[in-house]
Amino acid sequence: MEKIIAGKSVAVNEEGYLTDFKQWDESIAKELAAEAEISLTPRHWEVLTYLQTEFKNEVPLSIRKIGKSGVVDIKEFYQLFPKAPLKTATKIAGIPKPASCI
Amino acid sequence: MSENKGEIKKMMIILSKGTLENVYAAFVLANGARMEGIEAEMFFTFFGLEAIHKKKLTHLHVATVGNPAMHIPTMLGGLPGMEALATSMMKKEMDKVDMPDVAEFLDILTASGVRLWACKLAMDMFHYKKEDLYEGVEAVITVGDFYKQSSGEGVHMLFI
Repeated sequence: MEKIIAGKSVAVNEEGYLTDFKQWDESIAKELAAEAEISLTPRHWEVLTYLQTEFKNEVPLSIRKIGKSGVVDIKEFYQLFPKAPLKTATKIAGIPKPASCI
Repeated sequence: MSENKGEIKKMMIILSKGTLENVYAAFVLANGARMEGIEAEMFFTFFGLEAIHKKKLTHLHVATVGNPAMHIPTMLGGLPGMEALATSMMKKEMDKVDMPDVAEFLDILTASGVRLWACKLAMDMFHYKKEDLYEGVEAVITVGDFYKQSSGEGVHMLFI
């Protein structure tokens, strides 16, 4: 389905995740972050960039991997993206929701 | 289910067993709750205390006796070394699916905001002291304290 985000029409799935990463840009990230009541700081951007790099390299994401990334530890990850961090951060980053249980 | 439209706000997970498969089940459920934005607390009682006992948590085993799903005849399951063998096989498989070991899993849980409590009665029974436990355990509490922790809407309790 299509959704208007930051004035642009983008393809999203039923949970609101972008289905085509090429349509993602920073203004979309900002609006998706606002929906999750997060205002993006430079630390958020570092984490989002890391997640996108892992996605491009087809590395499956998990909380454990994030903790070992050297970019952010698990505690800070939960502080940056409270509630469901992996789900929220991947949505803002414009990449699919990870199917990890850990 | 009308309460909070059935939404789960917090999971209270009681772990009473010290076999590896039960410990992992409890840890995965607690961590999974946090990943979904659900609060989680764990109460370790009886053999579940082994999962947070500093000297024991690295030596947990899977049960090979009385566990038909292992497909090992009970007579063989009881032989010396069988538990250790089955455990090392299972740990290899866990490694393949990126499952952390017990110590690392405890670190992940506490970093994720899971609160850990130890049962006072079981601690007294096994003669354990707070210093024997993993540092992330907040306190040794009574079952009454645990019920108080569990008050509120959308709180669910799970016994393993």
